[in-house]
Amino acid sequence: MFKEYEPINKKMFQIMDNDGRIINKTYMPEMSDEDILKAYKDMLFARTADQMIVSYQRQGRIYTYPPNYGQEAISGAVAQIMRKQDWLVPAFREMGAYIAKGASLKEIFLYFMGYEDGVNLKNAENFLPYSVPIASQLVHAAGIGYEIKYRKKDQVVFTFVGDGGTSEGDFHEAINFAGVWKAPVVFIVQNNQYGISTPFKVQTASDGIAIKSYAYGIKGIQVDGNDFFAMYKAVKESFEHAKAGNGPVLIEAVTYRKGAHTTSDDPTKYRSKEEEEAWDVKDPLKRLKAYLVSKKLYNNKEEEKLIEEFKKEIDRQFIEAENYGVVDLEDVFKYTYADMPTDLKEQMVEHEKFLQWRSVRN
Amino acid sequence: MNMVNAINDALDIKLAEDDRIIVYGEDVGVEGGVFRVTEGLQQKHGVERVFDSPLAESGIVGTAVGMAVAGLKPVIEMQFSGFANPAFNQVVSHVSRMRNRSRGKYTSGMVIRMPYGGGINALEHHSESLEAIWAHIPGLKVVIPSTPHDAKGLMIAALESEDPIWFMEPKRIYRAIKQEVETEKFSIPIGKAKVIQEGTDVTVVAYGAMIREVQKASVLAKKEGISVEIIDLRTIYPIDRETISQSIKKTGRIITVHEAIKTFGVGAEISALAMEEAFLHLEAPPKRVAGFDVIVPLPKGEPHFMISPEKIFYEILRTVKY
Repeated sequence: MFKEYEPINKKMFQIMDNDGRIINKTYMPEMSDEDILKAYKDMLFARTADQMIVSYQRQGRIYTYPPNYGQEAISGAVAQIMRKQDWLVPAFREMGAYIAKGASLKEIFLYFMGYEDGVNLKNAENFLPYSVPIASQLVHAAGIGYEIKYRKKDQVVFTFVGDGGTSEGDFHEAINFAGVWKAPVVFIVQNNQYGISTPFKVQTASDGIAIKSYAYGIKGIQVDGNDFFAMYKAVKESFEHAKAGNGPVLIEAVTYRKGAHTTSDDPTKYRSKEEEEAWDVKDPLKRLKAYLVSKKLYNNKEEEKLIEEFKKEIDRQFIEAENYGVVDLEDVFKYTYADMPTDLKEQMVEHEKFLQWRSVRN
Repeated sequence: MNMVNAINDALDIKLAEDDRIIVYGEDVGVEGGVFRVTEGLQQKHGVERVFDSPLAESGIVGTAVGMAVAGLKPVIEMQFSGFANPAFNQVVSHVSRMRNRSRGKYTSGMVIRMPYGGGINALEHHSESLEAIWAHIPGLKVVIPSTPHDAKGLMIAALESEDPIWFMEPKRIYRAIKQEVETEKFSIPIGKAKVIQEGTDVTVVAYGAMIREVQKASVLAKKEGISVEIIDLRTIYPIDRETISQSIKKTGRIITVHEAIKTFGVGAEISALAMEEAFLHLEAPPKRVAGFDVIVPLPKGEPHFMISPEKIFYEILRTVKY
């Protein structure tokens, strides 16, 4: 796969067309019907949750949120491959991967409701907090990769960034380090065509991102990020490559951010309806669903029922998150240092005195 | 006019007047910035003068150094002050030093502007107030307006300064305060504070979004018969020692209010200034009302961190009754 789809050949890796037909049988991953169906349902769950978060945000029940809409096949593929012991070093637009790693929706909701507790995940190991400073997390992935090699562990690091993030120095430094160390890191660039309002062509003069892998001496591949099977195959091969000690891989997943950058953003300011419609036919869920329907593994009636079930579950977890309660004053202080400086303790005590004064006064 | 309009107006005036000025940064062109501060400027002044850059803060600041030494006047945006950190090396190693290291042959006159501060229920890294860090770098001047009027006047002055100006915009009050602002060009001197309310019992120094909170606190104090003198610092560095020390000599008491963390902050500088310039006039120890020395909490914990008018009033009472 890496050889045939060398970035220099400028051939994007695809397995399924826009109508869900398999057009590249050679690379069709060996997955059971059951597994494919599970992957679809996972993606549908992530999409349903994502859309509900956006509507909760519109109702003023959650703060700023970056939607995943249109990019579900990328995390959806990683979700089927990443193991419990593997590391996930996220950006902030990989819902399907978070859930697969063991984050509950309630925890994800808590984070975007403004609770730090939302990233203190109870059932997910080896999962770093979401990284807001763009691309800065990638270097951490390389460092984790070093530890895995050093300790000879059976682990792989999956790390994500957007196309905008590839302009940051950290992106280049991370891949360079991982390349030098032959660290087991799978770098996944979600090239969703926009960094907020800035289109890909303004971001870089490069012909895609995968081609940059040459400069760091590592494997790279450009994949149709809306093609679940291609993503699955590419991630699987990259995972095996990294696990076998052959070094990192750079996957460029070509996709489209169908939603806004965050709920604070208005894409109508910088892109056209025509463009959105042109990408809509490549929607990752539509394509995988068309495949499943053509194989008679799935139908619309089932989907309606599933979505209803999902919505109930999502809402249940959302309401649980809404009832999480207040953050104590101590919570603001106690995680800053292992050994809290006396000065800081005094600041807390002083503030408590003020709160006491205020409660007497009111 | 709100603060967003006022800064936009200042940029518009200077873009028309000075062809050395180049405005760029992440999403500042087509979209006009995530807070719309540069809205309409690309349409009006062209894509060569106002444009979107790749997403790379160090690159934005570093290229601005190159433009400046070659004779242009870049005005660059850090999308949020918390994202200026990747540019730290360029700022500390080059922007602030170019004049000195080339013995004045080359300069890096530019305006680096950014929204900063908390209180808007933002995501992580979107609420910090790091002015003391930047003010600690010789070669930079650090400016923070608190009203639309001041924002326009200070931005014009920044664009006419030969020194690099670190221009921090309190985003919490970007649209919260509206006032009449003259449409003509005017400037407010950098390095000068302003007494915005005269008083006799205690001097309170603040800046940015904290001015409004201090004004509310002074109303509470007035009900208790305490007369508060309020100084809007306007420029963090160079700090206006004269205006502050005059005021302390008059009131005998000094409180500094900032949402930035307390230790090694602007309040420490002002407390030192009080000791140096007005020691014998002091009737109470200089006081700091500031953020705790912690990471700014996410929205649910942030109310604990933000400075309330009541907290300021409480410290005014304690200082006056000392």
